[in-house]
Amino acid sequence: MEAAVAPRATIGRRLRRREGLPYWLILPTVAYMGIFFVWPMIQAFELSVRVGGHWTFSPFRTMYHDIRFGQALHFTLLFIAIIIPVQFVLALTMALIANSDIRFRGIFLFLFILPLGASDLAAGLAWSSIFTQHGYLNTILQDLGLRHTPYIFINPQHQTQLTLEIVAAEVWRSTALITVILMAGLQGIPKEYGEAAEVFGAGYFRRLWTVTLPMLKPAIQVALLLRIVLAFEVFAVVLAIGGQTTTTLALEAWNWQTSYLNPHVAAAYAALILAFSLVAAAVVIRLFRTRPEQLLR
Amino acid sequence: MAEVRFQSVRKTFGKVTAVDDVDLDVADGEFVVLLGPSGCGKTTLLRCLAGLETVDSGRIHIGNRDATDLPPRRRRISMVFQSYAVFPHLRVRDNIAFGLKMQKEPSRVIKERVESVAALLGITDLLDRYPSQISGGQRQRVAVARAIAVRSDVLLMDEPLSNLDALLRLQMRAELKALLLELGATTIYVTHDQTEALSMGDRIAVMQGGRIVQLDTPLEVYDHPTEKFVGDFVGTPPMNFLAARVEQNGGGQVAQLSGGTLPLQGVGDLVGRDLFLGIRAEAIAVEAEPSDHAIRAAVVVNEPLGSHNLITVRAGTDLLKVSAGNHFFPEPGSDVWLRLVPDKIRWIDRDSGKAVAVTRDQAVAPA
Amino acid sequence: MSIRRRKQLSRVMLYTLAVILALWTLFPIYLITLGAFSTENAIYSYPLQLWPHHVTASTLSFFVNSAGVIPSLERSVWVLLITLALSLGVGLPAGYALARFKFPGANLLRLGVVGTRAFPIVILAIPLAATFIRWGIDDSVLGVAIAHTALALPFAILTTSSIFAGISVELEEAAMTLGCSRASAFARVILPLALPGLAASAIFVVVLSWNEVFAASTLTVLHRTLPAQVVAVLDQALLPYRFAGGFFLLAPPLVMIFVIRRFLFGMWGQVVK
Repeated sequence: MEAAVAPRATIGRRLRRREGLPYWLILPTVAYMGIFFVWPMIQAFELSVRVGGHWTFSPFRTMYHDIRFGQALHFTLLFIAIIIPVQFVLALTMALIANSDIRFRGIFLFLFILPLGASDLAAGLAWSSIFTQHGYLNTILQDLGLRHTPYIFINPQHQTQLTLEIVAAEVWRSTALITVILMAGLQGIPKEYGEAAEVFGAGYFRRLWTVTLPMLKPAIQVALLLRIVLAFEVFAVVLAIGGQTTTTLALEAWNWQTSYLNPHVAAAYAALILAFSLVAAAVVIRLFRTRPEQLLR
Repeated sequence: MAEVRFQSVRKTFGKVTAVDDVDLDVADGEFVVLLGPSGCGKTTLLRCLAGLETVDSGRIHIGNRDATDLPPRRRRISMVFQSYAVFPHLRVRDNIAFGLKMQKEPSRVIKERVESVAALLGITDLLDRYPSQISGGQRQRVAVARAIAVRSDVLLMDEPLSNLDALLRLQMRAELKALLLELGATTIYVTHDQTEALSMGDRIAVMQGGRIVQLDTPLEVYDHPTEKFVGDFVGTPPMNFLAARVEQNGGGQVAQLSGGTLPLQGVGDLVGRDLFLGIRAEAIAVEAEPSDHAIRAAVVVNEPLGSHNLITVRAGTDLLKVSAGNHFFPEPGSDVWLRLVPDKIRWIDRDSGKAVAVTRDQAVAPA
Repeated sequence: MSIRRRKQLSRVMLYTLAVILALWTLFPIYLITLGAFSTENAIYSYPLQLWPHHVTASTLSFFVNSAGVIPSLERSVWVLLITLALSLGVGLPAGYALARFKFPGANLLRLGVVGTRAFPIVILAIPLAATFIRWGIDDSVLGVAIAHTALALPFAILTTSSIFAGISVELEEAAMTLGCSRASAFARVILPLALPGLAASAIFVVVLSWNEVFAASTLTVLHRTLPAQVVAVLDQALLPYRFAGGFFLLAPPLVMIFVIRRFLFGMWGQVVK
């Protein structure tokens, strides 16, 4: 019986080869994300504080003093403040409907999430055809006899109105994503919890508030995170509906990069967007933290 | 077909030692069963043999080759998995042919072999179906057919019958045994079901905690367990173990049990030790009337099994299961008298749990 | 009101609500389709027709033949093909590794991959524009594809991981005992079974790339992809162009979503962790 001294080395080598396989498999991913994600982000920061070899805050100063900065900031924050609650109520309603036992709920669900295929550009174009002066909304209002002349929906003087219209377009488009996430969360909630609550006398809305929503917290958290980050990227829908009369932070970044050819200020805008996103993400994670004792795993 | 040798095989998963320095020799054509409770290491040992796990130390030989560093496909083994692992996207025919195709056999040979193996397992009319279209029992046959079609050196089976319902399991057990006997295949079979192990194996390796505790023929494992664990695990019902102390009594000895005393002969080396007296249910005669050297016990419950009655009785503080005729229905709480067949008594050391070797002639002292 | 009555009423309300929401979703799609297939004259007239009147492909063909549209369309297709190849090529092995192996760092990888979603595309596209200039691939299809892959990769990894995890590992092991190496077991057994799920993920990646606007608009100047092209001429674009362009951008993804509708929930269920 040969004792295993020399053979042990072969085993060791082979073990390393066998157990090394997963690392080889993830190597392309790690390399790719390192080069095309992590590195660019570091560079973005560098771009925003380094001009022509000197460290400086001038890109940020330029951004801050730019006329359109205040407008962009105001619009972006207002937009997010309005759209989030509206979308979540809408998405929750859709998800609850699709999760109920009505007939054709499969078809309804498919229709609800259809806008997943719409880019913000396509949505902007579709809704601009609705809001434009000789567009569909005015046509309907006129056909219904509510108006005799077209109302100017797209009016640079009425920024708030424009904001709401852009919100409408984005609500139409991106609620689908939140609906899907909430749906996935709802399907993870066993029916028994709601049934038990019902047996103990809770009506529908009470059940919703005390049973369903708390158990939906993880899904809501994910959806909220995603939505906030995406909201800071809003770009083409604004262009499509309001043109350059309205602006968002992302739009300004694009302007500075492609029109004014100043990547430094563009990077400053990008850095600001990132800062907002991360703060919002941290807040959301904190707010929706479920205490481990509360989870039944 | 080939023989198999495990030499000091060791496999750990993190801090857990699943296989702890196991030695095992399996002869060419032999059917060895790895039996034990879940977590004892039997499946891990099988997977090490298959090459699906790499051993941490030790060698595995298949035939005259050292297979320890070879990947599964070079070991000339075939395996039947607990979940059958029949490929859903291939027809039954192509499932069975899979290994042969990998071996690049000519299609004429493949066709012939597939059909003959299918006939052996009675699934000829299922050949053109997909696994989703056949029942679990049929899928199991496909898995077996696929494994034996390749004519490997060693056949490995990982609890192949455990997912079948009871009746099917009984039927397949006999069929499988007959089939493997006819093929003369070297087989290593893993199960936690001791009835399966007893009925099928040439030898049984009883495992616990990563080690082989007893390696013997089924009868030996049943009749002469080397440890209390084996007596508990093998046999339906498990072996009865009564706490006992043997004392010298004149020319002979006497065993002090909780429920009475038992005169013995020739067990002098057991005197003064803390022991378990082990005896199987069928080795105890149950009578309604007292007799010499019989132990008195109270009936707790009677389970009629059709062919005989299994009666649970209490003797002192010991609870025993005894077999009685199927017309014997004593009242619960009533007394019965137990006469133990002397040469069926097995002694276990209470501290180590291991069997104590005694000379074979123990007899109840004559009156 | 009796319980039965109350239940009936609430069901009617439920259906009504569902129908209203469904119509709300369909409405803009219907309108832009209507517009895209109307004649130029019909589009310029007011009030507009709310029902299909004179169906024609002339507006669409006007759009397609507009300056720069066909080349940009070609480029969009190239971008999504390259993105698909890259994201699956890089992501599939990682998904397999996460599904089959328990190795230290697996959770870190998963977290990192999911975490990339917290970073807006803006912070990625701007520096990439500068980097691509240095590398000589600025304003190119490859550049956009690289950015899109960075977006699609997390998704590809998570979905392939869940697809592979759903296929029993014993199937691979059985194949390995029957003569396959790990690679050929993967190709012969796992891949055929994973194909439907992989196809659905692939289609979703295609939709992602087709719809992506910001990076496409930032990274291309002369060699624009379709969304970038439309954005570039947006302020001068007249109504027919907008209708047709909107429809053109919308239709293919909608069809693709229809095709993969059954897989959508499996895919997004993964991201909810």
